[in-house]
Amino acid sequence: MSTSENTTSLVDELVHEQKQKFNISDYSGPVIVFALFIGAWYLLSNVILPPEKRFLLPTPHKVVNEGFLVWKTGESRGLQPILLSLWDSAKVALIGLAITIVVGMALAVIMSMSRWLERATWPYLVAVQSAPILALTPLIRALIDGAQKQRVLVVVLIAVFPIVSNTLFGLLSAEKSQHELFTLQGASRWTRLKKLQFPAALPNIFVGLRISAGLAVIGAVVGDFYFRQGGVVGIGAQIDIYRNRLWGAELIASIIMASALGLVVFLFFGWLSRAAIGKWHITTRGH
Amino acid sequence: MFEMQTGTNMSTNSGQTLLDFSSVWMTFPDGTKALEDVSLSVNAGEFVTVVGPSGCGKSTLLRIASNLETNTGGTCTVDRDSIGYVFQDATLMPWRTVQKNVELIAELHGLNKEDRKAKAAEAIELVGLRGFEDKYPRQLSGGMKMRASLARSLVMKPKVFLFDEPFGALDEITRERLNDEVLSLFQHEGFAGMFITHSITEAVYMSTKVLVMSARPGRIVASFDIPFDFPRNHDLRYEPEFAELCGEISHALRGAHQ
Repeated sequence: MSTSENTTSLVDELVHEQKQKFNISDYSGPVIVFALFIGAWYLLSNVILPPEKRFLLPTPHKVVNEGFLVWKTGESRGLQPILLSLWDSAKVALIGLAITIVVGMALAVIMSMSRWLERATWPYLVAVQSAPILALTPLIRALIDGAQKQRVLVVVLIAVFPIVSNTLFGLLSAEKSQHELFTLQGASRWTRLKKLQFPAALPNIFVGLRISAGLAVIGAVVGDFYFRQGGVVGIGAQIDIYRNRLWGAELIASIIMASALGLVVFLFFGWLSRAAIGKWHITTRGH
Repeated sequence: MFEMQTGTNMSTNSGQTLLDFSSVWMTFPDGTKALEDVSLSVNAGEFVTVVGPSGCGKSTLLRIASNLETNTGGTCTVDRDSIGYVFQDATLMPWRTVQKNVELIAELHGLNKEDRKAKAAEAIELVGLRGFEDKYPRQLSGGMKMRASLARSLVMKPKVFLFDEPFGALDEITRERLNDEVLSLFQHEGFAGMFITHSITEAVYMSTKVLVMSARPGRIVASFDIPFDFPRNHDLRYEPEFAELCGEISHALRGAHQ
C-alpha cells in the first residue's frame, strides 16, 4: 500500500516548516525605541524638570559615570555595593520562585482533580492575589524569624497566583476526545495526568512561569523595604537608602539593575519555553 | 434488493460474531432517547456501516460498544480488550511526533519500548506514513493526521474496529484515498468493522452491509447487503449497480428523516 508514488504525493501534503531568517526589521524596532527612550530621558533631566529638582533624575551619562563606572567609593557608593545588593535580592527571588513553582503547580494539580476542591480553594487564591501583602508585614514578622525567610514568604505570596491559575487552566485544556482515548485504554488517573494533562498544560504553564518570575523579582525588591537586617541588604533596601540620601545616580543605577534582573529572568523563561515546547506549539499573531 | 453474487475473499475465521447489539436501548440522564431497540451484529470479515440523519444516535452505538457510554436497556457483547476506535478528529497529541503518537496506545497497554517501536513502525508503513515519523501533528495535513490516527489504532491489532465519522472533515479526494486505505487494511487484517458516516457513497463503497437509522430515537429501519467483490476499485462508484444501490439507500434514508 505504501508505494513510493503514494509517499511522494504525501510530501506535497506536508506543511513545510518556516525557516528562521535574519531580518533587519526584527532589530530596528528595539533600537528605535531605545533611542527614543534615551532622548526622552535627556529631555526630562535637562529641560522639563525645574533646575532645583534635577538631582532627582540625573542624565544618562551621569548615571553611567557615577553609578556603573565607579566600582566602590566611600560608604556603599558605586557598582560593587549595588551588585552585592542585587545578588542578595536575586537569591531571595529565586528561592521564592522555586517554592512558588512547586507549591503552585501542586495546588493546581490538586484543584484539577476535584471540582469541589477547586471551588473551595479559589476564593483564597484570589484573596492572596489582591490582598495588600505589605499590610501583613507585622503578622509575617511575628510568625517567621529571619529577614531572608520573611522576604521569601512575601515573594511566594505575590508570585503564586499566576502559576496556579495558568497551570490549572492548562491541565483542564485537554480535549474531550483525547481524554476518551485514554479512557478507552483504561488509563489510570496518574497516567492521564502525566501523559495527557501535563503536556497539554505546558504552554500555559510557561505563560504562568514568566508572569510569576517577574512578580517574584518585584516581590523580592518590595520585601527588601520591609524586612532587612544588618550586613548586605537587598536591592530594594539599597534603593531606599540612596533615596533618603538623595544620591540620584546610584538610585537610578540600582533601579536599572533591579529592572535588568526582572528582564533576565523573563528572557530566561522565554528561552526555556521555546526550548521545551517550541517544536510543537505555535503561537499565532493573526497576520 | 440485489441478486448479485456475494463473493468476499475474507476467509480468516469469518462468520464469528465479534460485536453484537441485542435490543439495545439508550436514554440519556436528561431524558433524551437516543436508541430504541437496536439489534445488529458484526462478524469477523464484515464491514457494517450505519447511515442516518445527524443526531440520530449513530455515534452512541460506537460509544456503547467501547464502554464510553452504558446502555440503559438490552445487551451489547464485545471483547472490550480488542477494540480499535477511530474518532471524528485525529486526536493526536500535538507534543508527540508521529512515531510517538502511533506508539501511544501500545504504551498505555504497557508494551516495552522495543515492542512498541517495532509495532508502530509496521503500522506507519501500512498507512503510508514512512518518512514522516519525526514530524509533529502541526506539520501534517488533515489526511495525514487521520492516517497517523489509524496507525495508532492498528498497533494493537484490534479484532473490532469502530470508525466514528473519521473522514467527515476531509476533502473528497483525500477521503476517497483513505477509503481505499481502510479497505485494504480491512482485507489485510480481517477485523470486524463498524463505520459511521453521513455519506451514502462512502457507506456503499466501504461496506459489506449498510444499515439505515431513523431520526432520534434511533432505530434500524433498513438493511442492505452490499454484494460487490473485494478488492474494490475506485471506478466502482460509477457503476450503474452502485448508483442504484445508493438510490435505494437514499430513499430509505429520506423515509427515516420523516
